[in-house]
Amino acid sequence: MSIATQTFDAIIVGGGGAGMRASIELAQSGLNVAVISKVFPTRSHTVAAQGGINAALGNTDGYDDWRWHMYDTVLGSDFMGDQDAIEYMCKEAPQTIYELEHMGLPFSRNPDGKIYQRAFGGATRNYGEEQARRTCCAADRTGHAMLHALYQKNLAVKTKFFNEWYAVDLVRTAQGIAGVIAICIETGEVVFLKSRATVLATGGAGCIFQSTTNAHINTGDGFGMVLRAGLPLQDMEFWQFHPTGIYGAGVLVTEGSRGEGGYLLNKNGERYMERYAPHLKDLACRDIVSRSSIIEIREGRGCGPKGDHVLLKLDHLGEAVINERLPGIRDLAITFAGVDPVKDPIPVVPTCHYIMGGIPTDIHGRVLTVQNGADQIVEGLYAAGECACVSVHGANRLGANSLLDLVVFGRSAGKHIQTAVREGLSQLEPMQADIDAALARLNRWNEASSGESVDEIRKTLQKIMQDDFGVFRTADNMQQGFVKLEALRERLSHAAIKDKSPHFNTSRIEALELDNLMASAIATATLAHKRQESRGAHARYDFTERDDNNWLKHLVYFADGRIDSRAINMAPNEVQPITLRARD
Amino acid sequence: MRFSIYRYTPGKDTKPYMQEFNVDIAAHNCNMLLDVLLVIKETLDDSLTLRRSCREGVCGSDGMNINGKNGLACVTHLSGLKEPVVIRPLPGLPVIRDLVVDMRQFYQQFERVQPWLQNTDTAPTKERLQSPEDRAKLDGLYECILCACCSTACPSFWWNPDKFIGPAGLLQATRFLVDSRDTETSARLAQLGDAFSVYRCHGIMNCVDVCPKGLNPTQAIDKIKHMLIAEGV
Repeated sequence: MSIATQTFDAIIVGGGGAGMRASIELAQSGLNVAVISKVFPTRSHTVAAQGGINAALGNTDGYDDWRWHMYDTVLGSDFMGDQDAIEYMCKEAPQTIYELEHMGLPFSRNPDGKIYQRAFGGATRNYGEEQARRTCCAADRTGHAMLHALYQKNLAVKTKFFNEWYAVDLVRTAQGIAGVIAICIETGEVVFLKSRATVLATGGAGCIFQSTTNAHINTGDGFGMVLRAGLPLQDMEFWQFHPTGIYGAGVLVTEGSRGEGGYLLNKNGERYMERYAPHLKDLACRDIVSRSSIIEIREGRGCGPKGDHVLLKLDHLGEAVINERLPGIRDLAITFAGVDPVKDPIPVVPTCHYIMGGIPTDIHGRVLTVQNGADQIVEGLYAAGECACVSVHGANRLGANSLLDLVVFGRSAGKHIQTAVREGLSQLEPMQADIDAALARLNRWNEASSGESVDEIRKTLQKIMQDDFGVFRTADNMQQGFVKLEALRERLSHAAIKDKSPHFNTSRIEALELDNLMASAIATATLAHKRQESRGAHARYDFTERDDNNWLKHLVYFADGRIDSRAINMAPNEVQPITLRARD
Repeated sequence: MRFSIYRYTPGKDTKPYMQEFNVDIAAHNCNMLLDVLLVIKETLDDSLTLRRSCREGVCGSDGMNINGKNGLACVTHLSGLKEPVVIRPLPGLPVIRDLVVDMRQFYQQFERVQPWLQNTDTAPTKERLQSPEDRAKLDGLYECILCACCSTACPSFWWNPDKFIGPAGLLQATRFLVDSRDTETSARLAQLGDAFSVYRCHGIMNCVDVCPKGLNPTQAIDKIKHMLIAEGV
C-alpha cells in the first residue's frame, strides 16, 4: 500500500517536557524538526508535576554541590543508577535550570530575588548529613509552569507541531530506524513521517495499574513501539509508588507538602516515619516511605473504616504557608478528598506514580540494544524522559529528579542530533515491506469486525497488575499474575472496536494504546519475577534483601521473552565512584 | 442519574442530536462528571467522543458545557448537578465530533499575543533576579490551562473570534506585560491598541464566572486597558 510521506531531519514523538526541550534545541539550530503529540502539547502529563526540579544552586541553603546531589541520587537509586549518567545530570542541572528561567518559567523566589528552593525526599548536604533544600519550584505547579514555558519557547522558535497525531509504530530497516507511521486523530489520515533521527519522548505507562497518579494518556506508547521493533526495555521491574496519592482518587499530593513540613500519621496519631527512618523521617526516599505506609496498614494501624490508608497532616503549617507554597494541593484536597488541609489531614495511600525503567540509552539519548552481550547503538533512534532509561533513577527515583531528567536529556539528545545531522547522519530508506510491517497493527484494528471490547481487557490488565505487582511482591503472586497476563494477551489479539469512523476516533486510539499497555505490563511482570532480590522500589517478601553478588545489573527484556543483562556503570568521569553501602 | 448528551459524528449524522443516558452512578463509583462520561463510553456506547487526560483539572482537555455553564468534567462533582444533566460541546467553536471542538481559532488568538518571554538584554550566567513582590504579580495569570472555558463563554469572542483576542489570550498577554523580566512591554502594547483586540471586552465577566482555576481574566483585561492609556496607545 502506498502512503503519504513527509520528510524531516528529526521527528520527536511526544510533546511533553523531554520532547519539547529537544525540539527547542533542534528548531533553534535551523534543522527541519517536527513534534508529534497525541494531545495538544500543554496537556502532556509533565503538566501534572507539582513539587519541583532539583539542582545544586544553593540558593536557599547558601551553598550546595552537584557532587552531593549525585551522591543522593546514587544512594536513592539503590546503586542501580549508572554513575556516569547521574554525574552528567547533576552537573548539568544548574545550567539547565538557568536556561528554563531565561525562557520565562515563573519560579518562586527568595527575598534576594534568586530561585526559591525547598526540601525534598532523599536530599542531603555533605554526603548524607543534614536535609538539603535543592528543589526549585513554581509553588506546587512546577510541571505546569515548565511545560507551558517550553511550549511558549517552541512557539518563539517556530517548531512545527503535529498536534493530536498518534504514532503507531517505528519504521525499521535492516540498518536502523527510518521514521514513524502516524495517524491524524481528527481525520484518520495515515502518514509516514520519514526522518534521519526519531526521538521517543512518550512518557510513562502508569495506566497499567488500577490506581495511579498518571493521566489517561500514559500508556507506554514508546515501550510498545520499541518492543515491536525488536529492541529491548530495561529495568521495567522498578515502578515507583508515591507515598501520597489521594485515597480513592489516586490524584497526586506533592512530596513538597512534606518538604514544607507536613508529615504522615497512622490511626493512633503517631508520626510513624520517625520509627522507620529516624534520620530523614517523612523525607526518606519514596520507596522507603511507601513501604512503611503499607506495613502500617497491613499491621492494622491504617486509618478510616477499612483501615486502608494513612493521613497527611499539613494544618500546622498555617494557612499562609499553605496558600503561598501549596495552593494547588489545597484545591485538589478539597475537590478530591473533601477536606481542607488548612483544617484537616488528607487521606493518602501509596499509588503507582513513575517507571524508573524504560528504553536503554546513553547520555546523548541514543537508544541501545544488546547483541552478544555487548551494547549496540540503534541508528536513527533516540529516547528521552520517562520512557528512557539512561539510567539516572536506577531502582528508585528521587523526587524532583524527573523534571530534571526530562530537560537535561531532552537537551542532550537535541544537541547530539544536531551534531549527527551536520556530520552526515543519513536517511535510511525503508523497503515497502518495512512500512507494511509498521502498518500491520493499525490494519488489524481497522479490519477486525467482532471481538471482545478493549475496555474489558484494559480493566482486567489493571486489576492483575494492581493485585500481583504492587508495592510488595512474591514469586507465587507474580507467577499467577504472569499466567493471567499471557491469557489476556491472547484475548487481546482477538479484540475489536465497534467504532470505525475516521473522525476523531478515540476508540481506535485506545485500542492502539492497549497494545502498548499490554507490552509494558508483560515486560514488567517478566523482569519483576526474574529479579530475586529486594532493591529500591522492587520489594519481595520471598527475597527480602538486596543481593549485590547476583543482581547488581540491569536486566533487559525483548518481546520474544529473551532476558539479557547490562553492567551498571560505576565509573564516573570526574569524581570517585560511590561505593556500595547499605542505604538506611 | 440521567444525562442528555450532544451527539454528532460527521459522515454518519446529518445533524446533531441529544442522546439520553441513564447511569447508576453509585454502582459505578462515580463522583465526577468525567467518571460518568467514561462509564458511558466503556459500557454503553464506545463511540462517545471527548478529550480527557489528567482527570485532575490541570491539563485542560475536558472543557465542555454542563447544564448551560462551561467547566471541566473532571472537577465537576455530580452531587451539585441538576437532572437531566445536559452536556454540550464548548459553544462558539466548530464541532469536530460529539464533545470535541476545533480549537484552532482559540490557539491562534493565544499565539497572537506572542506568549513567550522577551528580553533583549544579554542573559546573565545565572538566573535573572525577580523579587517575591514582582513574582507575585504573575499569580492569577500563569496558572491558565488553556481549556477555553472562558473564551467560549464570551459573547464578544463568539461575535469576533478572528479579531478579539478573548479572555484566555488576554490573560496570557497580561502575564507577559507584568513580568518584570520582559523588556518588550511597549512593543506588546502597540499590538493591542486597535478597536478589537482588547477593547471588544465589555466586562460581561462570563470568563470569571466559568474559569475552573478561579482566575480573573476581566481584571487582567482592565490592567491592559490601564496600561494602554498610560502608554498613550
